[in-house]
Amino acid sequence: MTAVATPPTTASPAAATRDERPAVVRRRVAVLAALALVAVLVYQFAMVTGSWSYAMDLRLRQVGALVVVGVATGVATLLFQTVANSRILTPGVMGYDSLFVLVQTLLVWVFGSAVVVDLDVRVRFLLDAGVMTAFGLLLFRWVFRRNSRDLFVLVLVGVVLGTLFTSLTLFASRLLSPSDYLTLQDLTFASFNTVDPRLLSITAAITVVAIAAAVPLLRRLDVVALGHDTAVTLGVDYHRVVNQTLAVVTVLVAASTALVGPLVFVGLIVANIARQVLPTYRHRTLALGAALAGVIVTVGGQFVASRLLDFTTTLTVCVNLVGGLYFVWLLLREVSP
Amino acid sequence: MIRTDALRKAYGDTVVVDDVTLALPRGGLTAVVGANGAGKSTLLSVIARLVRADGGTVFVDELDVARTRSDVIARRLAVLRQDTHMTSRLTVRELVAFGRFPHSGGRHTAEDERIVTEALEFFELADLQHRYLDQLSGGQRQRAFVAMVLAQDTDYVLLDEPLNNLDMRHAARMMRHLRALVERFGKTVVIVIHDINFAAAHADHILAMKHGAVIAQGPPATIMTPDTLAEIYDFPIDVHVLDGTPFAVYYR
Repeated sequence: MTAVATPPTTASPAAATRDERPAVVRRRVAVLAALALVAVLVYQFAMVTGSWSYAMDLRLRQVGALVVVGVATGVATLLFQTVANSRILTPGVMGYDSLFVLVQTLLVWVFGSAVVVDLDVRVRFLLDAGVMTAFGLLLFRWVFRRNSRDLFVLVLVGVVLGTLFTSLTLFASRLLSPSDYLTLQDLTFASFNTVDPRLLSITAAITVVAIAAAVPLLRRLDVVALGHDTAVTLGVDYHRVVNQTLAVVTVLVAASTALVGPLVFVGLIVANIARQVLPTYRHRTLALGAALAGVIVTVGGQFVASRLLDFTTTLTVCVNLVGGLYFVWLLLREVSP
Repeated sequence: MIRTDALRKAYGDTVVVDDVTLALPRGGLTAVVGANGAGKSTLLSVIARLVRADGGTVFVDELDVARTRSDVIARRLAVLRQDTHMTSRLTVRELVAFGRFPHSGGRHTAEDERIVTEALEFFELADLQHRYLDQLSGGQRQRAFVAMVLAQDTDYVLLDEPLNNLDMRHAARMMRHLRALVERFGKTVVIVIHDINFAAAHADHILAMKHGAVIAQGPPATIMTPDTLAEIYDFPIDVHVLDGTPFAVYYR
């Protein structure tokens, strides 16, 4: 933080000729990596009671899901913020989360909870992820035209659709029987406790592929972050980069939401931690930072919620509480720099 | 040479650039003048492919701007608009180094670093190079952005109101810098400018626009007449010649 807030003054000639930030950034990436590793190891091995092998197996799946979701959410939010030119937005405002809840509600409403619960988890996963991806891509195609200069309209349309989905969900859920409604609640709360190993490997594979597709975009995103006009004058095809980035973001968010459910504030916290801790504009570094911070927040948060607070609360509640406060702080800072 | 042929741009029913055909020769400093809403900035943006034309073509040398890859144009022509909002927090040197992106794609060579250093020194920014942009005064910030354009090392440089927010001293200094770009580096510089006297004092060529059309062009001496200025700006303007340079007097 100190290096961000008080850069070297120009009075001393040494400060004018040497830039110490690359070394600072490297050190801090190493610290983030160490913290992420510690979080994973503590989660996996601390406070085991009962059968060792059962705990190891269960925890490995949980920690795997937490890592995948943390990385996917962190990277997706960071990239989304860059193309949306805002540090207080997350892909969540685009209505992905509410669409996920709506799809679950409609499934339970149309087929009944018995069918939905019996449905092969992989089928439900692919259905969820597929609907969300199709929604995202269609929305971009439709709203983000060639002559759009920013994502303003896209974000607004996303917010409105999100509200629409929520209203439809409320309407449909009123028509459910109480037992169906209970099943639905179970489906729509983010949960890491019972993660299907097959879904975990599918999600991990999707996340790896999506991030690999994003890597060649990262240098051009450094330029896109300078705004439409500067990006174009520097020869970057603004629309192509933004469209490809949105596609990656959609796939990442869809996969991780379909795996564990909506996690509103994780991305916001994680992407901003990366930007605040790492004083660089380079997305290669920032994306790595966001992925590591994602692991720290999800694994650490789940450890606090499940072990230290002994399941009296959930990760979602912890993260939303901390995330909400952080969000308010960000907004206040934006108002008075 | 920059050529436009029947260039047209409208926002809804309002035609902003109306059938503009013009040729800007290589070399020299061209000032585009005109009242607010005359279409100056839009013309510049369309030439630089920041805004898509509704009709007509733009050629930069032999390249059709609408049909050529953007990164090819970026090595030939640089443009700077006003008020650039960005998410990233950059130092002066980082910003200027972005000018090398069209050449090296973000992987800087020693040659790139040398050019960046030169651009910083040319605009007297070497002492400020590790400061963040948001810690600079308006004049320093403006110089940093123009230094990025210089680092881009293009034959053509288009600037939209480079004197915006500059006081008299910094405005004069910016104009001398732009003049030096033409004389020392042989660049073709096109600026949109409101202060007609700065245009007359520094430009080789003035292009006057009104209602989206070019209504007069030529060397300052031919534009700086009471009749032509009244035609461009729609109110009477006196012209006085001081030491051979014509000055428009319109303050009262």
